[in-house]
Amino acid sequence: MSLALIAALPFLGALLPGLLIRAGRNACATVTGLVTALALLGILLHAPAVMRGEVITTRIEWLPALGLNVNFFLDGLGLLFTGLILGIGLLIILYARFYLSSKDPMGQFYAYLLLFQGAMVGIVLSDNILLLLIFWELTSLSSFLLIGYWKHLPEGRQGARMALTVTGAGGLAMIAGMLILGNIVGSYDLTVILQNKDLIQGSEWYLPALILILIGAFTKSAQFPFHFWLPHAMAAPTPVSAYLHSATMVKAGLFLMARMWPVLAGTPEWFYIVATTGLITMVMAAKIALFKDDLKALLAFSTVSHLGLITMLLGFGTTEAAMVAVFHIINHATFKAALFMSAGIVDHETHTRDIKRLGGLRHLMPITFTIVCISALSMAGIPPLNGFLSKELMLEESTHAIWAGNHWVMPVLATIGAMFSVAYSFRLIAHTFLGPVRDDYPAKPHDPGFGMWAAPAFLAALVIAIGIMPMTTVGELVRATASAVTGTEVEVYISHWHGFVPALWMSIIAVGAGFILLGLHRPLDRIWLATPRPEAKAIFDAILEPFARASRAIIDRLHDGSLARYLAVATLTILAAGIYAYQTGTHSPGTRALTPIEPVPAVGWLLLMGATASLFTFHRNRLLALVLVGVIGLMVSVGFVYLSAPDLALTQISVEVATVMLLLLALNFLPKDSPVESTVARRSRDGIIAGAAGLGIGALIFALMTRDSAFQTIADFHLANSKPGGGGTNVVNVILVDFRGYDTFGEIIVLGIAGLVIYALVEALLRGGPANDRLLAWVPDQKRAGDRHPLMLVVATRMILPIALMVGAYIFLRGHNEPGGGFIAGLVVAIATIMQYMASGFGWAAARQRIDYHALIGWGVTIAGLCGVGSWFAMRPFMTTNFGYFKLPFIEKFELATAAIFDLGVFLTVVGAVMLALASISRIAIRAGETVNVEPFDIQPDEEPTTEGVR
Amino acid sequence: MELLVASAVGLMTACGVYLTLRKRTFPVIVGIAMLSYAVNVFIFASGRLAIGLPAIITEGASYTDPLTQALVLTAIVISFGMTALIVMMALGAFLETGDDYIGMEDDADAPTPPQEGQK
Repeated sequence: MSLALIAALPFLGALLPGLLIRAGRNACATVTGLVTALALLGILLHAPAVMRGEVITTRIEWLPALGLNVNFFLDGLGLLFTGLILGIGLLIILYARFYLSSKDPMGQFYAYLLLFQGAMVGIVLSDNILLLLIFWELTSLSSFLLIGYWKHLPEGRQGARMALTVTGAGGLAMIAGMLILGNIVGSYDLTVILQNKDLIQGSEWYLPALILILIGAFTKSAQFPFHFWLPHAMAAPTPVSAYLHSATMVKAGLFLMARMWPVLAGTPEWFYIVATTGLITMVMAAKIALFKDDLKALLAFSTVSHLGLITMLLGFGTTEAAMVAVFHIINHATFKAALFMSAGIVDHETHTRDIKRLGGLRHLMPITFTIVCISALSMAGIPPLNGFLSKELMLEESTHAIWAGNHWVMPVLATIGAMFSVAYSFRLIAHTFLGPVRDDYPAKPHDPGFGMWAAPAFLAALVIAIGIMPMTTVGELVRATASAVTGTEVEVYISHWHGFVPALWMSIIAVGAGFILLGLHRPLDRIWLATPRPEAKAIFDAILEPFARASRAIIDRLHDGSLARYLAVATLTILAAGIYAYQTGTHSPGTRALTPIEPVPAVGWLLLMGATASLFTFHRNRLLALVLVGVIGLMVSVGFVYLSAPDLALTQISVEVATVMLLLLALNFLPKDSPVESTVARRSRDGIIAGAAGLGIGALIFALMTRDSAFQTIADFHLANSKPGGGGTNVVNVILVDFRGYDTFGEIIVLGIAGLVIYALVEALLRGGPANDRLLAWVPDQKRAGDRHPLMLVVATRMILPIALMVGAYIFLRGHNEPGGGFIAGLVVAIATIMQYMASGFGWAAARQRIDYHALIGWGVTIAGLCGVGSWFAMRPFMTTNFGYFKLPFIEKFELATAAIFDLGVFLTVVGAVMLALASISRIAIRAGETVNVEPFDIQPDEEPTTEGVR
Repeated sequence: MELLVASAVGLMTACGVYLTLRKRTFPVIVGIAMLSYAVNVFIFASGRLAIGLPAIITEGASYTDPLTQALVLTAIVISFGMTALIVMMALGAFLETGDDYIGMEDDADAPTPPQEGQK
């Protein structure tokens, strides 16, 4: 399976849970699992080749000029991480199915989870650092959604925000670092960068790039001093915590350090920054974990501590240490995911995670107890479990590290870290499960169903399997991964017994001291609680507060809720930009010859200017304003005719008719006058802004028209290819249906959506509520015509209808070669139909037309889309026209083009959207008491027909 | 001719901007309609003016720029769709609240009662 497809699968799959939740929770979880399993299968099919040392690649050029290509590659490191992400993902999906309650929106959860999974897979498969950055930011965004999944909990929202702020800001720093790196090497392809170690380390930009990239990695992997977000992210549902904080999100930072290891590691800077940060994080977080009473908080700090451990190992910069780091990544993922899920089970069954309220669960929850025992012992580093193996190796490596000439610092601190680790692991077992059974649990504890404990039990089994047979189970994987990390062939030898080496003694000391610490936990806890500690959240909030206040101050001034103010600010900003550009540029007078002014166009211009000026003055009288708009629109259409744009003129005039009808219908329910409410000063201010904007735009277009194009226009291409390539002589239409058919396709979709939104709006208004009440009590504010459907109008529109449809068909058919086309034909037909509604009444007309406007829109878009897809079968790009000339007896030679099918789609959508909009307003009118007539010529029922006729 | 087009675009823009700065829905909608005229003519005119040279291919003729026309054609239809939408929104808002004032600012700028006889 192509790597690009594997990376895309979770994203595509994210659409499914939301749809399938309607088929039930099991269907929803199953489809999510299937998507993940499919991606995992794709990866596993590549596994044998990767194990042999091959690198699988998929390359798609996207923006080669920017160095931005969609390149993916899969080596040992990628294999390990995709395996973790998708494998543990599967277990989490199973677990979450049973963890989430029926009140939680499960479709949403699985959709977010798949989005996040896709982003993670993208990170570890990317072969282009710009692409990697995109996925990197996507993990921040999707994890925000996951952490804040329980939107009703303030801690959830705050935790999500904190995680997003910290990791997002780190991501920004990393972008800068990656760009520097790409600049040094001259390529953004990871595989190229990884081969240029000397170039990068010799560059004077090495240190800035290193620091920036490390900020990104440290924030993601919760390294000191950015560790504080992770415990707060524990407000998320447990499946999220288990997924994000055991196998994925926080490991992304480690992945990045491992990925960049060949080019960034090995320098003193790398050692001192990375190894020291890792060491501090490991010891400090392990100490805090010991004093946390919340099960998840304990696990969160333990995670931070273990991430520190792995960071430290990567920081050592030796191939052996890198190998150990890889091994510990696997081990940590197994036991920590199992522990998180078990903590979730305890919370789920007892309704508390507070260790001080628990204890004695051993007999009540034997299965959970067994799982926790195995995983926690592994976390503590007790033989023969897998945690023991990697911790021994870690201690061994720490004895080789020399910190500022000192041989003792690293091993001693590492042992202390291990000691705390032992202490909190045993505390987890002892204080939760051992001891006497209590009678004050918030709920009666018992083991959950199989579905819930299956996933952690599987992981616990892995912990044992890896622990007992490390070389058989993961030896090859560790070798392939470590070789990929270091770029050299690594020999892997993991065993339980290395002889009486220092690491063994360190381990024994750590376990012994850990037990003593646990025994002293009560007094130590009192001291801990009595000592003041910096509260990370308070500090974080204090740092953010000034920013929040500043932005609030700005927003209050610019966006105070007044639409007029936004628009004035926007207009002034654009004006200022224009003035700045004018003042800093150079100018020369235009050279293009002016076209002469003829008398007839001059009259049209006078009408246009007069109508616009009147609109200024009389805009308060809304009916008059509408008439003036009609005049202006008409003059614009006439202008298009004169200036060689027949297509535009046809479109403009038909749109004009439809717009004015629509506004008239709406005005029926709106006040007929606008009150004077702004002061003279305000109106003058608006006048000055408007005048300046008008002057600027007018001057700009004048300058543009009096100069020739600065570059060769692409119009010539369209003119030259319209007939041979598109098969039509009306270039404007050919551009619409062929050259830029994709644009047109998008635009009819927008139009269709506008029509549907209008329908939905009216539907919502009429469903009940104040608008509905107001309409039911509607009293027309204007005297109505007694003759509701004037005879002349009814007869005329009915005579016109067949003619108008004929004209529509004619305009449609000639469109490819002469002015016309789907847009215009659609408008003409729509107007002819609306005329029936207006003349003969809504009820009468509606009873006689059987076409559903929604279906019209749907068919229109579908036909246009299928026509575009059809080009694929002719092995040509989307929306390429195919055409041919045919001859039938008695008829001139004629042309058939696929563009006509596309144009039919345009036609149907336009008719549907326009009709739906206008018919929706009629529904409002009916609700307001307008009676639906059954006869075409009925009269206003509340008034007697008089001889005076229409008033 | 260029001068006429430029001045028309300028005046229509000014009128559109002025009307969009009003505080009631209807003038704002009319203002947006005016702005769409202005913008459409602007884009059209950026293809330079030509009289009697439509972009219909015939033997040995010269043509005006078809590209800007194609752009404006769809723009006209889309702006109709958008106008229809905001008209319905305005209508819905008016029917829901009984008021067509469009600001959400605090009391300082709240609508003053209509002053009679000041037309």
